Amino acid sequence: MALNKTLRPGLIQMRVLDLDQTLDFYTNILGLNEVGRTEDGRVMLKGYDEFDHHSVTLRLADEAGLDYVAFKVDSPGTLESLKDATEAFGYPVDEVPANTNQPGFGKRYGFTICTGHRIELYADVEKAAQVPMTHNPHPWVEAPRGMRAQRFDHCLLYGPNIAEAERYFTEVLGMFAPEVCNTPEGNRFATWLTSGNKAHDIAFVEYEKPGKIHHLAFLLQDWNDIGNAADFIGRYSLKRDVGPTRHAITRGQTIYFWEPSGNRIETYCGGYTAYPDNPVRVWDVSEVGKGLFYYEGELIPSFLQVVT
Amino acid sequence: MNDYRITDGATGEAFLCHSDENLLAAMRRSGKGPIKTGCFGGGCGVCKVRILDGRYQAFKKMSKAHVSPEEEKQNIVLACCVRPLSNITLIKA
Ligand code: FES
Ligand SMILES: [Fe+2]
Repeated sequence: MALNKTLRPGLIQMRVLDLDQTLDFYTNILGLNEVGRTEDGRVMLKGYDEFDHHSVTLRLADEAGLDYVAFKVDSPGTLESLKDATEAFGYPVDEVPANTNQPGFGKRYGFTICTGHRIELYADVEKAAQVPMTHNPHPWVEAPRGMRAQRFDHCLLYGPNIAEAERYFTEVLGMFAPEVCNTPEGNRFATWLTSGNKAHDIAFVEYEKPGKIHHLAFLLQDWNDIGNAADFIGRYSLKRDVGPTRHAITRGQTIYFWEPSGNRIETYCGGYTAYPDNPVRVWDVSEVGKGLFYYEGELIPSFLQVVT
Repeated sequence: MNDYRITDGATGEAFLCHSDENLLAAMRRSGKGPIKTGCFGGGCGVCKVRILDGRYQAFKKMSKAHVSPEEEKQNIVLACCVRPLSNITLIKA
């Protein structure tokens, strides 16, 4: 299938408590490349297999968590029409001019959705100085380091009223939900949303406190690389949460652990191919433990309680 | 390396914490004390405790979303960011 007008989550800005330690984790353990620093000292990073200027920004702050996640859309025309549709949906939109607080990025539109998260949209971004090869290409230019993360993949956000968030992402951004989880009363407990064939680009879990992030995830090649990532967790005594294991939801293979500032990171691979014309997979909340952790067959308590 | 005795003021349950270990890691290792899980990075706030008695050192920045400067003055800390300097009595905050 063709991708939708929304292409992917292309940029995420995270708050960190210790910039040096967290940056060391991102570059030497996770394996991202440092692209540069902004004038106010934030660090820009990208995966070795990403073309765009950068995909992750780290900001030193007094609290951990998410500043925003930004989606790349397919054209400036789409960007303008999505801005109008977002305002019509009821979210006031602000504009961040090109090449200001995210070097290399074109104009961005930002707004806060019902879950308390800031979402941004953009159509243009410069290519990075070092990009994957495109002419008789090798799989990589420089040997991948550490956990060998290829690119930013998705994030899971916690906040109130995710049913409305799902409506925004489907009705306005044109994404779809291949998989959902409902309470016995039939209310949404969780939703997984995608703009293309990935099982998810973003997911939400219903939670009373707004604006929380559960994890951000990076793509690994395969199950062997999940094992390699687990070796790094052991070698450098990172705090592991769950895995290596497999999700029944999305079918992805995974490990969860925390970076030094307490934000949860997932290294992820696999997952089914999502199509918008396939029926939606539906989980009962009573079965979500097995849905999340297929080998363990039950929920790990920290998974629902620990967020930043 | 010294071992200090950490007592849960709510239950009287006690466990040992190495002088180079954070309080949360000792709870996790011993299976005792009020908290068993968390991000271990000072970010999530799950390990918030009040130190009722004893000396300690915060060796890591704690998220201000979970411990305000006023709370810090009242000996409220994130257990994953604190090492003991003596025997300690604490309760979950
Ligand atoms: S365990 Fe998250 S702040 Fe201590
Ligand atoms: Fe995930």
